[in-house]
Amino acid sequence: MVKLQAVTKIFLPNILALENVSFEIKPKEFVSIAGKSGAGKTTLLRILLVEEKPTKGRIFFDGQDLSKIELARLPQLRRKIGAVFQDYKLLPSKTTYENIAYVMEVIGATEEEIARDVNQVLEIVGLERRTKNFPAELSAGERQRAAIARALIHRPDVILADEPTGNLDPYNALDIIRLLLKIHELGTTVILATHNKEIINSLGKRVITLEEGRVIRDEERGRFVF
Amino acid sequence: MFTSIKRILKSGWLSFSRDGGLAAATCFIMVMTIFLTTSLFLSRDVGQFLISTIQEKADISVYFKEGAPEEDILKVKEEISEIPEVKSVKYVSKSEALESFVQRHKDDPVLMESLEEVGGNPFLAALNIRSFEASQYQAVANFLDDTLSSSLKDLVEKVDYYQRKPVIERIFALTSGMGKAGISLSIVLAIVAILVAFNTIRLAILNQKEEIKVQRLVGASNWFIRGPFLVQGAISGIFATIICLLIFTLICWFLSPKIEILFSGLNVWRYFTGNFFTIILIQLVTGIGLGVISSTIAIRKYLKV
Repeated sequence: MVKLQAVTKIFLPNILALENVSFEIKPKEFVSIAGKSGAGKTTLLRILLVEEKPTKGRIFFDGQDLSKIELARLPQLRRKIGAVFQDYKLLPSKTTYENIAYVMEVIGATEEEIARDVNQVLEIVGLERRTKNFPAELSAGERQRAAIARALIHRPDVILADEPTGNLDPYNALDIIRLLLKIHELGTTVILATHNKEIINSLGKRVITLEEGRVIRDEERGRFVF
Repeated sequence: MFTSIKRILKSGWLSFSRDGGLAAATCFIMVMTIFLTTSLFLSRDVGQFLISTIQEKADISVYFKEGAPEEDILKVKEEISEIPEVKSVKYVSKSEALESFVQRHKDDPVLMESLEEVGGNPFLAALNIRSFEASQYQAVANFLDDTLSSSLKDLVEKVDYYQRKPVIERIFALTSGMGKAGISLSIVLAIVAILVAFNTIRLAILNQKEEIKVQRLVGASNWFIRGPFLVQGAISGIFATIICLLIFTLICWFLSPKIEILFSGLNVWRYFTGNFFTIILIQLVTGIGLGVISSTIAIRKYLKV
C-alpha cells in the first residue's frame, strides 16, 4: 500500500531530515514510527501527505508515485488518507459538526449521507453533545477526538496520526489510542508517529524506529528501545 | 455541481456572518472605494456641466450704430451665420436690450434711477455670436474685420471681442485645465482606492492561511476552497454598495437644493435619480469586482500546498 524507496529529504541550507529511508507498509497494518523529537517522524508523514517532496528517492501509494504527482491530482489522493495532527488542525470558524461534515462535502456526499455518518462518528468518538461547539470551546482531548472523527468519516484507506497524544493527559491519550485501534480493527491501515514509550510498548504492533533521519530498526512486534 | 455551488454559497455566507469584525473592516474599506468611484463619476458630469455653463457665457458682440436699419442688421446676421466656425448668432434689438436690462436690475434703485436720468433707450442693437470652440473666436473676429472694412463698416458701432479676448481665452484655458486635472486626479484616486481595498482583503485572507492549508490537506479541491472566499468578497461588495447607495441618496437629497442656489440649473438630485441604474451598476461592479479579484489573487499563492 505504502512503499518508500531510498527517500532522502534535505531542508535548505543543509538540514538532513531523512536519509535513505526505505520500507513498505501493507494494507490493514498498524505501524508505529518511533523516534526522539527531530528524528524525522513528522517529515516522513508530511512526505506521505505530499506536504513536502523528497529530495531523493520515490514514494508509492497504491502504486502511484507521489514524488511525481501533479498539484491538480492531490485532492483525490488526500481523500484516500485521513490525517490526525498533534495540533489538531481543525477549522476554527466551523463547529465540530461542520468540521467533520466538511470532509464529506469535499467528496461530494449527499446531505442525508452527511447527517447520518457525521452523527454516527460523533457518537463513536463521544462528541455527540459537542456538535454545535467551535474548536476553541472544546478541551484538548475533545479537539483530538474531533480531529480523529474528521480523519475517519470518509472511510479512508489509511490514517496518518502525527503525535496525536502529544498535547493530551494520559487518560485522554489512552482514549485516542483505543480509538485508533478500533479504526484499525475495522480494516483501516494506521500509521502512528509518536515518541511515547508507554503507548508503543502497550501496542505490541510493528515499530519502525528512526534516528537522525535514518531507519535504525524495523520490528514486527517492536518496542521502544534507544 | 448544483450541490457544490449551494455548499460554496452557504460556506461563504457563514464565513462572512461569523467573522463580524473582519467583514465590517472589509466593507468599510470597500464603502470608501465605491464612494470615491461614484464621486468621480458624479463630479465628472457636474464639472462638465459647470464648464459648459461657463463656456456658454463667452461670445462676441457686434453693436450697431443708433438708427441702423433692422433689415441690414439681419442681413449681417445671415452672413455671419454662414461662417463654418459660428455655432449661433442671436439678434438683440434695442428694445430687447432695454427690457433685458430692466428685468435684470429692477431691484437695483441706483441703476434704475440712472437709466431714467439718461432718458429714452440708451442701448444699441447687437448680434451675439458664439463659436464652437474658443480658438475659433479669432477667426470669427477676422471675418468681421474683413467684412466691416467694406460694405458694412458704417453700420457697426463697435465689436466687443478685443476687450473680452483675454477673459475668454483665460476661461477656456481654465476649463480645459480643469478637465485634464480632473481626469489625472480621478486616475490617481482610483488607483489608490483599489490598492487599499485589495490590500485589506489580502490581509484578511492572510489570517486564514492556515485554514486554507488544512482544507487542502483534507482533500478539498481548489474551487471548493476558493469559492467561499469569492462569495465572501462578493457579499462584502454587495453590502458596501447598499451602504454607499444610501449615503449618496441622503447626500444628494439634502444638498441638491443648496447646490442649486450656488449653481443655477444644476440639480444634483435630478441627475442622481436620472442616472440611478448607471450608478448602481458602477457601484456593484466596483464592489463585487474588487472583492472577487482581490480574493482570487490573494488566495492563489496559498493553494499551492
